[in-house]
Amino acid sequence: MSRTIIDKLWDAHAITTREDGMSLLWIDRHLLHEGSFHAFDQLDKRAAAVAHPEATFGVADHYVPTRGRAKGIANSEIARMVDLLKENTQRHHIRLIGLDDSRQGIVHVTIPEQGLTLPGLTIVCGDSHTSTHGAFGAYAFGIGASEVAHVLMTQTLWQKKPKRMRITIEGALGSGITAKDVALTIIARIGADGAQGCAIEYAGSAIRCLSMEGRMTLCNLSIEAGGRLGLVAPDETTFAWLQGRSFAPQAKAFDEAVEAWRALGSDSDAKFDREASFAAREIAPTVTWGVSPEHAAPIDGAIPDPANIRDASRAAAVRDALAYMDLKAGTSLAAIRIDRVFIGSCTNGRIEDLRAAAAVLAGRQAVVPGLVSPGSSRVKRQAEEEGLDRIFRDAGLEWADSGCSMCVGMNGDVVAAGERCASTTNRNFKGRQGPGARTHLMSPAMAAAAAVRGQLTDARELLAGRT
Amino acid sequence: MEPLNIIETPAIPLALANVDTDQLIPARFMKRPRAAGYGPFLLYDLRNIGTGQASDSLLDDPQRAGAAVMIARRNFGCGSSREAAVYALLDYGIRCVIAPSFGDIFASNAIKNGVLPARVSEADAEELLASPSATEGRAIRVDLAAQTIIAGNLVVLFTIDPVWKTQLLNGWDDIDLTMAERPAIDRFRAQDLRARPWAAVPDGENTFNNDPVEN
Ligand code: SF4
Repeated sequence: MSRTIIDKLWDAHAITTREDGMSLLWIDRHLLHEGSFHAFDQLDKRAAAVAHPEATFGVADHYVPTRGRAKGIANSEIARMVDLLKENTQRHHIRLIGLDDSRQGIVHVTIPEQGLTLPGLTIVCGDSHTSTHGAFGAYAFGIGASEVAHVLMTQTLWQKKPKRMRITIEGALGSGITAKDVALTIIARIGADGAQGCAIEYAGSAIRCLSMEGRMTLCNLSIEAGGRLGLVAPDETTFAWLQGRSFAPQAKAFDEAVEAWRALGSDSDAKFDREASFAAREIAPTVTWGVSPEHAAPIDGAIPDPANIRDASRAAAVRDALAYMDLKAGTSLAAIRIDRVFIGSCTNGRIEDLRAAAAVLAGRQAVVPGLVSPGSSRVKRQAEEEGLDRIFRDAGLEWADSGCSMCVGMNGDVVAAGERCASTTNRNFKGRQGPGARTHLMSPAMAAAAAVRGQLTDARELLAGRT
Repeated sequence: MEPLNIIETPAIPLALANVDTDQLIPARFMKRPRAAGYGPFLLYDLRNIGTGQASDSLLDDPQRAGAAVMIARRNFGCGSSREAAVYALLDYGIRCVIAPSFGDIFASNAIKNGVLPARVSEADAEELLASPSATEGRAIRVDLAAQTIIAGNLVVLFTIDPVWKTQLLNGWDDIDLTMAERPAIDRFRAQDLRARPWAAVPDGENTFNNDPVEN
């Protein structure tokens, strides 16, 4: 029987399948962040132990400060969250990439860097963007606190097999078009619930040409299309990226692993439950204008008029979004003025993202304030070695430490009420970046271009002759 | 968790699509211990709490006190995996959310906490939202075993995954079911270590915090 990569990963981890269709899956890696305290509370209530601490890793990212770290955390409630993670992981003998670790960073950036994310693994974390790790051909998905507690206690999880969906993108992406534009275009076309109940395999020549960083951005945003997870079959790009990383198999063991990983790809005649395909050349630099990632359009487009939307509930959603965003139907996206920029997050905080933003900003000034927070401390060091930090600082942007920062505002890095932020993050939900904050999602180059012009801008105009 | 079968209370109609978990409970409240109760934070920014103005939200309508049902539009609970979104609903008193579709992780979190995600067609959701029972705050009856919603003269069928239905009706907890699979887990593990040696985390070396800084 031919199988998709989704079937192969599922089959390799199904311990048992009940008559009602629920399977008990073995979990290879379990990642924790500060939010795990609810799960540890559940564990304590049962006086239970962690079944496999060696397969569990803690990372401090959601609440960590991005500025003045040496001074400690002034807000005691926030400090408590970072301390609790340390206490809980220590108590249960779980390895921690804590605040002071040279590898500290956002869990979905630093864990792959360490070679802990490998093809063919099941990876879970109490965070919806765990889908990021699918870039390596891992079966990676976000779970809630009760499931985190279950994995801690058993290293397994009951799951119903998702529908298999393939999204194929053929052709070559235009110059200046990034994985972020691909993802936002997909979400705009299929909707924020377009992949609900599905595991997505991304396929096609445009995907094969993406770097690992680009694949991580794409898989990261699977959840914003409603997908349970998104993945890309491992190939030479994957193997080359992994070779030599601390926790990856080494030497002969690596070669043997690569042999096994090569067999993971979908069989050529494997059937998917759903298929969608897009032409790479139709994808333009894309930005969001509303309060759901599906409210996205090419930068040369305009805000839709709810009067022209036949479906009453969809029209109402657009009206509600425009009221929150303080925008008018018909406005050209390129005419929208912004108040600040944020470059970072597990979606677009990797070295390639910072290079793309710096390519636009080099020798230019930002006309609005902005914050650049590298996805990990390692990315930060690398960017500094390449002199990217100077470019950001010279442009007038703030160069900070690594963490979730303004993606979710938990550490206090927030966008003020009513302010409009050009952001490389993943959610433009109401209040996501702070109460009353207005978020426009876009790629790092587009956020950099918005910083230079003070309004949403086609980054290609500023890149002409530069790349 | 508490078994669920019949709910008969006023409902909170929320005529919004894509009600994400950041709206259900804004991130800034998630530092609080659960024991304190998350109910007051449910849909906080929609309720103008703390702005000096009185909340005009139906969540604070005295006529709807004790409401255990919420009705919304498509893609309810999309977004982050925060189970706190379900804690906020549950601590407020909601045991059932009726909508045309739900975020996958939200739905699974809801089940784990004994909250019913009842799926209805988009047309039925609109009818329920507009029904006098919903608009006037009269009781709505949700029957899990029969999979029906009765709002005055309106009777609507809902769908729910049969596995979830059984779990909710019985108030079952996953952990107990899993513990019974111990022998199967051990057998799987022994065989898997041979089949996928590369999947194990190398131990011993590579401990964090005492490694040299690498670039
Ligand atoms: S950067 Fe944002 S999306 Fe990513 S893990 Fe942190 S809070 Fe979640």
